Amino acid sequence: MLAFFLPLLTLPVRSDDAPAGSTGAALDVKIAYLGKSYAEVEPLSLVDKVFTDKGIQGARIGLVEDNMTGRLIGQTFRLVEAIIPESEDIRPAAVNILKSGVSLIVADLEPTDLLEVADIAEAHNAIIMNIRSNDGRLRNDQCRRNIFHVPPDWSMRADALAQFLIWKRWKRWGLISGAQSQDKDYADALHRAAKRFGAEIVGEKLYAYVAGSRRTDTGHRQIQSQMPVLTQNLGNYDVIVVADVGENFGDYLLFNTFEPRPVAGTHGLIAVSWHRSYEESAATQMQNRFERKTGRVMTERDYSAWLAVRIFGEAVTRTNSSDAGTLREYLISDKFEVAGFKSQGMNFRRWDRQLRQPILLVGPRALVSISPQEGFLHPKYLTDTLGFDEPESRCQQRG
Amino acid sequence: MKKLAVVATALSASLTALLSGQASAGIAFISNEKDNTITVLDIDALRVVKTVPVGKRPRGMVLSPDRKTLFICAGDDNRLDVMDTTTFQITSTHETAGPDPELLDIDHAGKFIYIANEDDGMVTVINAADGSVRGEIQIGVEPEGMAVSPDDSIVVATSESTSMAHFIDIKSMKVVANVLVDTRPRVARYSPDGREVWVTAEVGGSVSVIDASARKIKRRLTFNIPGVRSELIQPMGVQFSADGKKAFVALGRANRVAVVDTGTYETTNYILVGQRPWHMDFNADRSKLFTANGLSNDVTVIDVASEKAEKSVPVGRLPWGLVIKP
Repeated sequence: MLAFFLPLLTLPVRSDDAPAGSTGAALDVKIAYLGKSYAEVEPLSLVDKVFTDKGIQGARIGLVEDNMTGRLIGQTFRLVEAIIPESEDIRPAAVNILKSGVSLIVADLEPTDLLEVADIAEAHNAIIMNIRSNDGRLRNDQCRRNIFHVPPDWSMRADALAQFLIWKRWKRWGLISGAQSQDKDYADALHRAAKRFGAEIVGEKLYAYVAGSRRTDTGHRQIQSQMPVLTQNLGNYDVIVVADVGENFGDYLLFNTFEPRPVAGTHGLIAVSWHRSYEESAATQMQNRFERKTGRVMTERDYSAWLAVRIFGEAVTRTNSSDAGTLREYLISDKFEVAGFKSQGMNFRRWDRQLRQPILLVGPRALVSISPQEGFLHPKYLTDTLGFDEPESRCQQRG
Repeated sequence: MKKLAVVATALSASLTALLSGQASAGIAFISNEKDNTITVLDIDALRVVKTVPVGKRPRGMVLSPDRKTLFICAGDDNRLDVMDTTTFQITSTHETAGPDPELLDIDHAGKFIYIANEDDGMVTVINAADGSVRGEIQIGVEPEGMAVSPDDSIVVATSESTSMAHFIDIKSMKVVANVLVDTRPRVARYSPDGREVWVTAEVGGSVSVIDASARKIKRRLTFNIPGVRSELIQPMGVQFSADGKKAFVALGRANRVAVVDTGTYETTNYILVGQRPWHMDFNADRSKLFTANGLSNDVTVIDVASEKAEKSVPVGRLPWGLVIKP
């Protein structure tokens, strides 16, 4: 008897068969990843690599996780990947997906393309997760009933920074912005944040010179003379706030300001939903998982795409339904909650379908803080102190 | 060599007895996640006896049933460190089959250890005697909580990202039931009578009381503390009083331990402790409860009868787990 049992004990067993507890009919859920291979902005610093697969890699890992949960309760998730060249029209690709019966869409699209997809008749009852654009217009005047937003918009980021700067008592800001439209959007958000939280923009300059290349031999000599001039005569500032989404000069401001002051905004201290230096609330596990599977660091867009796929998975698991109408109701209800390594459950604002979330404030090498900051209060959600709260929202298509 | 080890053991034991002033002093082992050490605390004198360096990011710990051995998960080193609880020496180290071991439990016979491998969705079962792998069981994403039933027939594992408690049959090593609970389940613990499994949900802010035989949620407990925002209520460790009538639930960033009447499931008290209490354990007669407080780097002693925090003792950085050898 003993001789018979012994080998059983010493032989490792691997049990990964599907499992018990699956009740009800099996669900087969398709999620589409719709994107365009837009030209990536080259980061100024050569330390940051250019990746052309940001987003999709996060979605793929999210899918694996949805299926790990799904296989235990009879749910299967599939990802339909449709990433088309930038020059092509997004409409036919979107219609194709929608007509094939897929109504859960992760959209890696710039605002114009995103709105075009949202306004297709067949998309009326779809759920489109914006994972790319920080544009505040998509949450306000241009909001759509079928678009949900995962990444924080410019106003949420600016408010997250502003709360920290106020907490530090760095209330006088010198604002430098680039000439691109997104630079202007972020600069506007910083103006709004200053007003909301009691900071003052004591001086403002536009930096329109486009350096062109991230690689210039002896370029530092020019930078060393230009940046002090740029940050001179800006009033008595405590901090330089910079809006350079286009990556033209932001990094050059650090240690080159006329006054010895810190830099915050798109460079220096930045406001993001994800960063490689972040390890709290089990983020380490996510960072490790991602790096093991893709061989590179997880970017903000990867995090947004991962989270979007997890949001769909969570809603399907909890409602045991793949019907877009049912899922939509659940997503905007108080019952919905998704975990994303931010130490609290996250859900959507009903008025603009923006995901509520704490925002990381990160320096060039390490996490500095997480907003909302202590003392910035809200009757319902502290995270609603970031961005457009219900009374301020200009979104007409609410709920 | 062997002789020398015996002498060292005897010496160390007498030293311990000398330090504590009595031979039967209870010892608490606290894993300091950020220091890569285990603090050895004399729980009568409330004095740190020793700080033992271990593998990187030590978190979950469990004592062998004979209390002679402490098994320590060192997540970042993908290994299990084994400590002699008399000499406080690391006697061996096992590489775990899966990456990032976080929490673990051992059966009452002391034969098998069940380890949650947080990074890859696996429960690894190893032989306690030599650390060899008996098998692996695939569960959900980010496994964490681990609890062997009092009769050694079932192990309950939780997976944080999947938000489930998985019931694994020990004989067949197969998952026999999955119970969906609230977001980010952390700890599973059987009630002393074995009829219930309490599963805490850190982000969901709740405790699911699962009927251990029906494997269905029979009660969902939530906590409402005036003046404390709901997102700060993060249930983590659970312990039951000697008579099983009271449950103690550590509430993480709410900096409190909730006292729950296990008959009515009502919360009767909140005990303010250090910052972010995570895991807890009792002394021998369960008259004192000790909490590991991650953000204040200390351990709080609670008097169970009066439900009052008596004292806090500094330990290492980011204390996570706490196990007592009575």
